[in-house]
Amino acid sequence: MPVADASRSGAALAAPLGWARRGRGRTPVGLLALSAAIALLALAPVGFLLDQTLAGGWAEVERLLFRPFVGHLLVNTAMLVVVGTAASAVLGVAVAWLVERTDLPGRRLWAVLAALPITVPAFVTSYSWVSITPAVQGFWGATAIVTLAYYPLIYLPVAAVLRGMDPALEETARSLGLSPWRTFLRVTLPQTRVALLGGMLLVAIHLLSEFGAFAMLRFQTFTTAIYDEYKLSFDGAGASMLASVLVLLCLFLLVAELSARGRGRYARVDSGAARPAPPARLGHARWPALTGFAALVGLSLGLPLATLVYWVATGSSAGIDVSALLSACGTSLELGLGAAALTTLLALPISVLSVRHPSRLATLIERATYLPFALPGIVVALALIVLSLQHLPALYSSTPLLIVAYAILSLPLALVATRAALAQVPPIHEEVARSLGSRPLVALARVTLPRILPGLGAAAALVFLATVTELTATLLLAPIGTQTLATQFWAKASTFSYGAAAPYAALMVAISAVPTYLLTRRLGAVVRPPER
Amino acid sequence: MRFRSSQLSLALAGVAFLAIVAAGCGSSSSSGSGSLTLYSAQHEPITEAFAKGFEEENGAEVKIRYGEDEGLASQIEQEGDASPADVVLTENTPPLEGLSEKGLLSKVDSPTLEEVPSQYISPAGDWVGVAARETVMVYNPELIAPSELPASILDLAKPEWKGKLAIAPSEPDFVPIVSAIEKLDGEAAAKEWLEGFAANAKHYNDNEGIIAAVDSGQVAAGIINHYYWFEAVAEEGKDKVPSKLHYFGHEDPGALVNISGAGILASSDEQELAQEFLAYMVSKEGQEAMTHSGDWEYPLNSAVAPPPGLKPFDSLEPPKVTPADLGDGSGPLELMQQVGLL
Repeated sequence: MPVADASRSGAALAAPLGWARRGRGRTPVGLLALSAAIALLALAPVGFLLDQTLAGGWAEVERLLFRPFVGHLLVNTAMLVVVGTAASAVLGVAVAWLVERTDLPGRRLWAVLAALPITVPAFVTSYSWVSITPAVQGFWGATAIVTLAYYPLIYLPVAAVLRGMDPALEETARSLGLSPWRTFLRVTLPQTRVALLGGMLLVAIHLLSEFGAFAMLRFQTFTTAIYDEYKLSFDGAGASMLASVLVLLCLFLLVAELSARGRGRYARVDSGAARPAPPARLGHARWPALTGFAALVGLSLGLPLATLVYWVATGSSAGIDVSALLSACGTSLELGLGAAALTTLLALPISVLSVRHPSRLATLIERATYLPFALPGIVVALALIVLSLQHLPALYSSTPLLIVAYAILSLPLALVATRAALAQVPPIHEEVARSLGSRPLVALARVTLPRILPGLGAAAALVFLATVTELTATLLLAPIGTQTLATQFWAKASTFSYGAAAPYAALMVAISAVPTYLLTRRLGAVVRPPER
Repeated sequence: MRFRSSQLSLALAGVAFLAIVAAGCGSSSSSGSGSLTLYSAQHEPITEAFAKGFEEENGAEVKIRYGEDEGLASQIEQEGDASPADVVLTENTPPLEGLSEKGLLSKVDSPTLEEVPSQYISPAGDWVGVAARETVMVYNPELIAPSELPASILDLAKPEWKGKLAIAPSEPDFVPIVSAIEKLDGEAAAKEWLEGFAANAKHYNDNEGIIAAVDSGQVAAGIINHYYWFEAVAEEGKDKVPSKLHYFGHEDPGALVNISGAGILASSDEQELAQEFLAYMVSKEGQEAMTHSGDWEYPLNSAVAPPPGLKPFDSLEPPKVTPADLGDGSGPLELMQQVGLL
């Protein structure tokens, strides 16, 4: 996720391929086997899905796949992903440039405020809007609202790159006669390419797998249709078919992102003596810019929070059951912490493999974990229900199984953060430790681990955030009687009980604020402009 | 990025804080003379009313898993003998009929079945109806004059309704309407009606979406179950819900009464306690608890009055369609796929 991405320095961020030559020696077989096993665990739901899809034979595939309804979903989903991702990219880059590279008044404050919408789950934002006016339902409303909810995924990494960028390149371009606008397009923007594409990939994958927001906004995508199929028939040939299309769409996005990233290298041998870029003067343009920021923060953050407060205070269904609220809160925290610990642990071997021993196989293993990430929670849950009933009945309907589901659904988030942290620690330190007689694992634990602890913390925080707001997998897999803030919110919001739902949403935002605060503090500490 | 001890301690402090809150929030455990597991596809208020009322009366503990009609039924099937469920409560009868056909339900005690009119219980005695909902048309009075209201749901397939209707084909409440038309007028008529209705209607995800669309004037009318409208009025206030309800009556398929029912799993080890739970659900106390839950469903025990404001149950004039006629609901699904609704 971008917050962690942002913590790399600009040069390292832009150099995903540059580590290839740093790997020393042969890849340890144990590490490779462990990483492969973890990737296989993550891929289990995908395998199950393909099995289900093909079980009925090709005729069944044809009947269920080539029907008008699937075409309708494909159009809806494709439009949403294209327009939503493009809009998020434009908004994210514009916000990043304004707060990092101009003399916008109050830019430090705007920089923080513009990042905060990631604390509010998209389905809570949607609920806020829908409770004010149903006019936001449908394609344009849905696209606008999810853009407001997800643009920080692009803003944060792009801002980090802009901050670390050496202005010398731009100055050279300007001195050679390029206009400021063309300089931005031809010099500045290409340098943010890796961060921008990575952010866009995350936004697109979120749009593919988001359920709650689009259900609230009454916009049909593959993910909401899969839930509908589950409502009407569990046996799932239809749902599996739709989910398989989703996997294909995700594969397409992964390949598209990799190829759009291209072979261009943006890494520098040395980050040089970069000085902070002199801020561009906005002049009179600062008034529309300020108005834009006020509107952005108002719409993406102010309005959802104000609506929550309003509903907590006035909803007629708001007889708050404090013990139910606290019990749901406790469950959410326990599950969130459990998932954060497990997922970070699982991400560690794969990160070490892909950073310290890069190879095609390592890339394949790492990228494979993105496929289940694009699956709706409900699909992973249905797969785990059947797999556990068939092979491990003792695990069925247990908290450990639910936590495994969370891990499968959020592994890439932890990977991005741990990889970024590992990449910052030169292998030379470990090598020195080993040359002095430490065994490899000991060197890793004693030299590298302490230095990547903040990165592991970021990974855990990201997984915690994703888990606390997870809905559909929790509904199906949670042990009987277990209610989380998200499931309670959903049960109430989906029967119009806006007032009763609001306290659960408010608490969800509140406990998300702790890890978000840690993340942004870390971000602030790392990427704050150098002291002058 | 440098490792900073201040950051680490901050992170640790954060984790410690969360852990402490988690410990403090821990759920309370309850004790009782026994424990039942209820799989419920019903709304939370009505489920809780049954569960809490029974816990108070009996002393047993009721654990609840929520889900959707067919989803829960199929989950029970997957679980087989190992199913943790003792009792299943659904919004509609088709999933119960499906479980009954597969022999997964126990017979319900006859005194329990006798509390409810015989058309609202399982033909095989495998489940009992606990609540009812009426199919209605919700319409925007600014867009439709009372004189333009259709006499039958079948009229909504006519071309003059093009673009004026809302449909939520994935609502489990919609499927029985198709079954009812199929039963009363035949499969060809049902398919023709579906095609016409689908061509006239805009898609929405659920009944709530239909009401919102009608209230905001995006569409003129839609078919829903009555209780969603009463819930919307109760939560948002009458002034924010300009729409009105039109009851088809006259034994029209559009006046179909949907039955929410409960059954006992044959695999349950708590048969006796489960029977007591079902008996409680249809008893005067259970039905009153349900009508006071704010979920606006009709009670099926004639000794209990419906929530105030509802049209009297015996004036609804529903079509003569039985739960056996509706079956397990698989027929209409295929029909709906054929016309592109699913």
